[in-house]
Amino acid sequence: MLYSEKVMDHFTHPRNVGTIENADGVGEVGNAKCGDIMKIFLKISKDGIIDDVKFSTFGCGSAIASSSMATEMIKGKPVSEALELTNKAVVEALDGLPAHKIHCSVLAEEAVKAAVKDYYDKNGISYDPEMFKEKHDCEHCGE
Amino acid sequence: MTTIYADNAATTKLSKTALEAMMPYLTDNYGNPSSLHTVGQNAAEALFKARKTVADCIGADPKEIIFTGGGSEADNQALLTAAEIGARKGKKHIISDVIEHHAILHSLKRLEKMGYEITLLPVDGEGRVDPESVRKAIRPDTALVSIMMANNEIGTIEPVKEIAAICKENGVLFHTDAVQAVGHIPVNVKEIGCDMLSLAGHKFHGPKGVGVLYARKGLLVSSLIEGGAQERGKRAGTENIAGIVGLSVALKEATDNLDKNMAKISKLRDRLIEGLSTISHSILNGSRTERLPGNVNMCFEGIEGESLLLLLDQKGICASSGSACTSGSLDPSHVLLAIGRIHDVAHGSLRLSLCEYNTEEEIETIIKAVPEVVDYLRRISPVWQDLQEGKRTYVIQ
Repeated sequence: MLYSEKVMDHFTHPRNVGTIENADGVGEVGNAKCGDIMKIFLKISKDGIIDDVKFSTFGCGSAIASSSMATEMIKGKPVSEALELTNKAVVEALDGLPAHKIHCSVLAEEAVKAAVKDYYDKNGISYDPEMFKEKHDCEHCGE
Repeated sequence: MTTIYADNAATTKLSKTALEAMMPYLTDNYGNPSSLHTVGQNAAEALFKARKTVADCIGADPKEIIFTGGGSEADNQALLTAAEIGARKGKKHIISDVIEHHAILHSLKRLEKMGYEITLLPVDGEGRVDPESVRKAIRPDTALVSIMMANNEIGTIEPVKEIAAICKENGVLFHTDAVQAVGHIPVNVKEIGCDMLSLAGHKFHGPKGVGVLYARKGLLVSSLIEGGAQERGKRAGTENIAGIVGLSVALKEATDNLDKNMAKISKLRDRLIEGLSTISHSILNGSRTERLPGNVNMCFEGIEGESLLLLLDQKGICASSGSACTSGSLDPSHVLLAIGRIHDVAHGSLRLSLCEYNTEEEIETIIKAVPEVVDYLRRISPVWQDLQEGKRTYVIQ
């Protein structure tokens, strides 16, 4: 098998699929030209807890599974904790990804961060821009 | 869950007749055809017969048949042969096209590094090479033209007969990669007028790991593998007798049933194209008419091909895609890009390739399953949402 059972489970039964109307933060990363786009919607409570999270993803099996896993890992957590989510943690939670699919987990991390950044921007919360530097490396992104 | 195998362009199921013909050479008749004793000579006899059968099936002389370790090897050998013949006459220019199999394209890259000049001709929106573009590209130093007989991804059948005639007029060697064509459409080397042709056993219900390079009489074929006098010194190594016998029997079977199979398979193909074309924002890749009998290749907007394949596999349907995620690179299929599909759309491609073992019932199951999976993936796709909300423009109408 190309993918672990965990990946196949999250791919065939993705958690938190959908959109949130009037979301407090929305993050979209990736590029259709590269073959994957992830969009994450956050509902954040007054005390900074992620009450709800939804995603939509255009991409391969591991992209869908990575988004699903990432949303599960940040749901109910404080925003500050969501910001600490790493792609490595997503990969570990999925019981591994093939080497050429690691970028999918990087996109998931970035999508979460982009959504939090959007939340900060909307609410005038100051932050260090260095925290939100995109890490993934793709020849078509940014074109 | 029953399996519906619709990936016959990747490989096919071994025919029972071929398997039965192979078995003795995997058991009692294990001889080496180069041995002088009876056990060895029994193998030599099988090799002789297989060569004759293959030659008869493609209109060649047995002396023009070289057994190789597959289609890719035959392609490599054909290009090297023409390159070396050309170099002796100071001709170091080779013409091919952008939608060839990587066995050709990567070999050409290697020749380019060795100082050859390569011209890759474009194709039209259906994947067809214009024979006149070949004529225009031929130069006094052109050593070879290599154009595939039928494309492995989109099934487009190339006008190789016209191209071969143009090459002959200009005294240029012509090779055709017929790996996807042999056993599926009529292939006769004399009628095509090619100097070299490649084929592979496992594409027509023969075994894997065995192929053929046809090289016209009088052509000095270069060997890729040195070390023995097998295949008249053109391919060293003890012959894969069981594989060669299996290839020859499968080819004979495919040739004998060609008309019947073509009629059956193209009917299934047409029904499948008709059924899948009802999916909104979908498009057929390749030609509607100049098409391999078993090939269906479509793009569905707003989704990605690998996830489509995995979900179809969950429903027992085996297919293939030209998405980047399945090509192992960042870019989607070079063939889909060459016929003008943009990256976004090429990522959402699906290839279903049929054979005579497929049934009408299986086709109906596929026609029911694909739209379900496409719908599901579109529902979770931000690209599809943007398209529906008018934030993006549809590429496929």
